[in-house]
Amino acid sequence: MTFDTWISEPSNWAFSVVGLATLLAGFRVVTAKNVVHAALFLVGAMGGVAALFLLLSAEFVAWALVLVYVGAVIILLLFGIMITRAPTGIDETLSGDKRALPGVLAVALFALITWASVEAFGDATLATIGDPTSTDTLGEMLVTRFVIPFEVVGFVLLGALVGGITIARRDLTPLEEEQRGGLA
Amino acid sequence: MVASSLLLAADAHFGTEGGFFHDTAGVMIALPFVAFLAILAFGKRLPNQGGEIAVGALAINCIWAVAMFVQNMVSPVVTEYVFEIGRIGSGLSFELGWVIDGLAVMMYLLVNVVGVLVFTYAMGYMHGDRRVPWFFAAFSLFAGAMLVLVSAPNLIQLILGWEGVGVASYFLIGFYWEDLANVKAGNKAFMVNKLADVGLLLGAAILGVVMGTFSFSELEHLAAEGSAALGGVAVTAGLLLFFGAMGKSAQFPLHIWLPDAMAGPTPVSALMHAATMVTGGIYLMARTFPLFEHLATDARVVMVTIGTITLFAIGLLALVADDIKKVLAYSTVSQLGYMMTAVAAGGYTAGVFHLFTHAFFKALLFLGAGSVIHAVHSNNMSDMGGLKEHMPTTYRTFVIGSLALAGIFPLAGFWSKDEILATLGHEGWTAVMWIAIGGAFITAFYMARCIALTFHGTYKGHGHPHESPSIMTGPLVALAVPSVLFGLLNIPGVSIPGIGSFTEWLAVRGVPMGDHHAESIDFFLAGVGLAAGVLGLLFGWLLYGKDKETQQARDSFEIPLLYPLFRRKYFLDDLADGITHATMGPVARFVNWTHTYIIDGIVNAVGGLMVLLGRFVYNGLDQRGVDGIVNGLSAITDGAGGVVRKWQTGRVQQYAAAFVGGAIVLAAVFMFVI
Amino acid sequence: MTIVQFLILGAALFSIGVYGLLTRRNLVLVLLSVELMLAAVNLNMVAFESLLATTQALGQVFTVFIITIAAAEVGIGLAIVILIFRNRRSANADDMTLMRW
Repeated sequence: MTFDTWISEPSNWAFSVVGLATLLAGFRVVTAKNVVHAALFLVGAMGGVAALFLLLSAEFVAWALVLVYVGAVIILLLFGIMITRAPTGIDETLSGDKRALPGVLAVALFALITWASVEAFGDATLATIGDPTSTDTLGEMLVTRFVIPFEVVGFVLLGALVGGITIARRDLTPLEEEQRGGLA
Repeated sequence: MVASSLLLAADAHFGTEGGFFHDTAGVMIALPFVAFLAILAFGKRLPNQGGEIAVGALAINCIWAVAMFVQNMVSPVVTEYVFEIGRIGSGLSFELGWVIDGLAVMMYLLVNVVGVLVFTYAMGYMHGDRRVPWFFAAFSLFAGAMLVLVSAPNLIQLILGWEGVGVASYFLIGFYWEDLANVKAGNKAFMVNKLADVGLLLGAAILGVVMGTFSFSELEHLAAEGSAALGGVAVTAGLLLFFGAMGKSAQFPLHIWLPDAMAGPTPVSALMHAATMVTGGIYLMARTFPLFEHLATDARVVMVTIGTITLFAIGLLALVADDIKKVLAYSTVSQLGYMMTAVAAGGYTAGVFHLFTHAFFKALLFLGAGSVIHAVHSNNMSDMGGLKEHMPTTYRTFVIGSLALAGIFPLAGFWSKDEILATLGHEGWTAVMWIAIGGAFITAFYMARCIALTFHGTYKGHGHPHESPSIMTGPLVALAVPSVLFGLLNIPGVSIPGIGSFTEWLAVRGVPMGDHHAESIDFFLAGVGLAAGVLGLLFGWLLYGKDKETQQARDSFEIPLLYPLFRRKYFLDDLADGITHATMGPVARFVNWTHTYIIDGIVNAVGGLMVLLGRFVYNGLDQRGVDGIVNGLSAITDGAGGVVRKWQTGRVQQYAAAFVGGAIVLAAVFMFVI
Repeated sequence: MTIVQFLILGAALFSIGVYGLLTRRNLVLVLLSVELMLAAVNLNMVAFESLLATTQALGQVFTVFIITIAAAEVGIGLAIVILIFRNRRSANADDMTLMRW
């Protein structure tokens, strides 16, 4: 398949634009010098991924991604940034000095996966935009075949919730303990 | 007999062959684990800190154990209850369950009965100690894991129990972890066992992969039929299994963990040495006996050699140990050597019977030692002495245990040791048999020394020792009974009307165990064995028995050579004087000279030689040779650590980078090279 | 559309995430990078789902699971970061060398 035939397909235009935007946003996530900007670029990257999901007719997952990440995770991370009092302005020291090795590793990883993908799948084409996978199917799978993992994941989430509170909770100082006891 | 699924098991067995206790033996195996959880959950709030739960669980277990044992006497059944848990493709299946046959039922009885007595004792011993609930929890786990081990219908479950026992023993040996030495002892035990476990795992893997089954009953049928495929791997697999057994059952040179394992509380040592941990290896050998009997005959030479070295060389170490628990520990290793030798030489019944009797009297001895330690607050015999008057019950039971161990007629040890000697003689291991008789001499010798130093002479410790509470002496008395009587269960050629004999009970297996059973007592061999024991006791007593003050000093070499000489000279001078008065001077002088230099010389030389030999084996072989290799290995590791440590910057991201780099390299290797 | 284009995009996103994981000093930003890597994996999952065209939406089911686990991971991760920050007055990965003994 030549590049011409590839690019003549409309869905590939969309892919190119969204993909490039996603990559750019992703790159800025790891290079931005402002913490808050980095978090906001992650919103962009997640939005891009969600758009790609839509291209792959995975509607439910796309919106779930937007909801969970944009709606919850990013907010949580922004809270984290504020609580840890990271400097919210431009900060040159956000990234470490030794970037050569990570860079080489990242490029090597990318080359390796790309090579393996091309080698393995070559020109295998995907069905162009078809009917979106119905949320019915997904929901049914979740409560039938995957009901046990589903429940387990639910418990993991609960455990994470409780664990998060337990870990982050500050032990009261004896003075505070006393005051609280006095109130009760 | 082999049910390979839950459904099949339900169809084939429940309510048919076995009866209630066989069907529900799983409850017995599960109970200690229930007790483990229960003690962890609310042991702290109970008056005895969870001890009552542990004892209760094992007491209930005893009902099953005794019922099954009795049933095995009257109407023997060989069966197994197997539940399939998982399956690899259509091939190997992973099954759990329990076995009912003579060997397993005997082990159930042993673990539970000895266990309940030791647990009861521990309630007194551990009273007011640190972390008592955790102690009883780990103790229950220990017993439970052992039940899993001995009930295993296949190698997988055996390994599960095996590792469980290892973990529980690690908890218990390092129980007083505030002291670094105890932690190290726990680590040592765990590491040495792990090393040996490699053998067990490989052996099991070979058997499983080549034969397509882990099931003992299938393997033993294959072995009995002389399967060619099994024959091809039998020696390799057998030796690997044996290597695993060497670790658990403390065979030379992997015995090094056992003396250090004394770091745990004494009840732990008692259970570990009697019924629970160290018997695991012997049990494995007995369980896979048909494999060695029919196919892996070449492996048996190695096993007998190792067993013989163990029974003799390690027995010598007990001669010079000052720690009373170490004396008993070396003694256990030596006795395990007897069992291993016997099983390897083809004496399935002999080895297991010794395991059976030994469990009772060794538990008794350890509990007795614990009672003494409890009273004098020291492990060293140099702090003891003269406890006979202070602790009469402990003294009497300890002596009974010692006599049983020394193989004195008609106590239990006499019969089981005699059975081993007879088997060795019958199977043509004459040299080994004489070494074993020598071992019996040493056994008696160090037990006499131990009793003399601990209970006779004058008290050298601090404070006023007093007899332990009845919760501790009760189990001692209870264990003394089987130590005396249980040898009578297996008098050669005698079958008790109605219930048979131990040999018959133990022969209840899926395939016949082709070991030799003497039709009647071999009086010559029994006499020689008994003589060795009596002589040992006599020598030990002559060397250590009589004096009050310098008893301990005799452990140093000069004194045993000089002091008894002095003493016997006094004794013989009377004799010589009498003879002088009665006869002429030269004759008297000659007789005197003979007595002084020859007879005394022999006595002292034997004693001195034994002590020297013990010292040599301990210092030269054990401390420098075996420990040296172990220490050398750790030194290499340490040195390598020093080099590698410089890479350890402690920065997570550098580690992550190394991890990613490693993953990339591995992936690349898999893609491009392989 | 070919599958490879999605895989390459996923690989690029994942590698960017790895780069961020290894270079970022602020622990919150490290967490952000991890989210990026998880998103890349999700992309692969959905792409393969589309390639295999199963009727059971297997890839998407797993994507849902991954999103859930990622949420849990962020929660715990942030809790740990906050704890570290409270104890050491710093959320920098470089300042933590406790793993060196």
